[in-house]
Amino acid sequence: MSDYQLPPVWTKLKRHAVFPEFSHDERARYNFLANLNRFVSTVIAPGNKTAFDRRVQPAFQKEKGRDFADRHELQEYMGKDPVYQNWAALRRCTMEMRQQNGRAAVLRQAKELAEKVQRTLNGNGNLKLKEGFMVPPYLTHVDNHLMPGSYHTEYFKGDVSNAANYDSGLFVTSGGMLGSLTDGGGQAIAKWVRETYPDFKPKRILDIGCGLGHNALPIAQAFPDAEVVAIDAGAPMLRYGAARAKALGVHNVTFVQADAASMPEFADGSFDWVQTTMFLHETGGKAIHRIMREIERVLRPGGLTLHIEQPQYTPEMSLYEQFMRDWDAYYNAEPYWGHMHDLQPSDLMEEAGVPKEKFMQVGVKAVNDLDRKKQDGKVTEDYGRSPIWNVFGGWKKGA
Amino acid sequence: MSNPNELSGSHAGGQMDSSPIDASAVNDILMAGDKSKGARPYFLDSPETERVMNIAMAVATEVAVVRERLDTIERLLEAKGILNRSEIEAYEPDDKAAEERQLWHARYAARILRIIQQEVDAIAKPENNTPMHRIADEINEM
Repeated sequence: MSDYQLPPVWTKLKRHAVFPEFSHDERARYNFLANLNRFVSTVIAPGNKTAFDRRVQPAFQKEKGRDFADRHELQEYMGKDPVYQNWAALRRCTMEMRQQNGRAAVLRQAKELAEKVQRTLNGNGNLKLKEGFMVPPYLTHVDNHLMPGSYHTEYFKGDVSNAANYDSGLFVTSGGMLGSLTDGGGQAIAKWVRETYPDFKPKRILDIGCGLGHNALPIAQAFPDAEVVAIDAGAPMLRYGAARAKALGVHNVTFVQADAASMPEFADGSFDWVQTTMFLHETGGKAIHRIMREIERVLRPGGLTLHIEQPQYTPEMSLYEQFMRDWDAYYNAEPYWGHMHDLQPSDLMEEAGVPKEKFMQVGVKAVNDLDRKKQDGKVTEDYGRSPIWNVFGGWKKGA
Repeated sequence: MSNPNELSGSHAGGQMDSSPIDASAVNDILMAGDKSKGARPYFLDSPETERVMNIAMAVATEVAVVRERLDTIERLLEAKGILNRSEIEAYEPDDKAAEERQLWHARYAARILRIIQQEVDAIAKPENNTPMHRIADEINEM
């Protein structure tokens, strides 16, 4: 028991005024899932490495007289190992159960949620949706992280179901590691920027792919004199996010429906800081370059752009680790993840106007107000779900 | 790709919309289990086994839910001074209660393992194990 980290109970999650109501049993379902996830990731998942080291790799080397050529070949052989099979089947199962349980809870109150959001937003100018907005094809082509309907689907006029489901369940998927508002990533980046660049006083900040504003809000709170513009393609996320921001008393954020690859609504050089958080890996192979060019255009000379992402695959990263990190790409339906991490962040940033000498890449630990033990350095690697944030970006040339 | 240009915000009506919400299109029971896009991967050698694993995990969840609810009831009863939870730990059924409870366990075990019991029955009584299409043909002659 001594070393086993229990996830916080779901009721530790801060429930704001537009948060869905959860019954006793719905909360219990999430509590069980959080523990199931914790067991699968800390007890069962490490068995993959044991199976790999003790039998998969030795058997392959014996058969072929060489090492694995790449992560895809490794996947082919690991895929036949029962330890991997059990882990993967369970992991997929928990992801699907998390979706179904969250959806069951929010869909039964879909009308009340939409009305709550509508009432909260009444007369508020912090939401800008567009008639006939075209959702980018990379979003409609897949339901990211197995979330049926993804970020953009509305089941009726004014619907926020998918956003409320996302808000209620991220705490479960992340095992509470991102804090009571699941905003530990945004808090971490805001803290890091303030501490690293105390003289940086941004007036306008653009958060691209904001979702329901989990990470835009801490930035807005850390820079209360700045105007934060949070954009996303999904109307339910924006609608819910705007109401959530209002409910949490954050008034310097505007939620705008926009396509990051084409943002004519924003003038050249009109932002001091352009941020994305766990967004780029949910775009597409062509769109990502158009997004970089748009960031370059809307960012003022000398402005800052930062991107929180999983680490890219480098020759130094073991094939085993690459293979484990690929899992979410294919089996948790984030298919661009694998391809994106073959790109060089410094090349992407060059497209966004950051010269190579101004490029930076750092690891930032998520801020977690629920972490009683302050478990510094005691994080079980869960390949893509650990609360260590890989940040890359830099300062645009000019000014 | 069925529709590469799905609309979102098409009926947003701007941020000031205050028209009545009509959510009658939502069937929460069915839609909770909507399948996400993309073919579902199966990891076990036998998809049948993986299917059963998924059903078993869902049932396991519900057992945990009942357990948590019972725990809530016990704690509330204790807080209200109706019982002490050590009484539950110390409880020993009298003979009648013990028999009723054992009977419940016996029936429960039999319900869970029905299919295995019947597979044994099939071997033990081959005369009762004729394929139904043959029975249909036989009955056609009766």
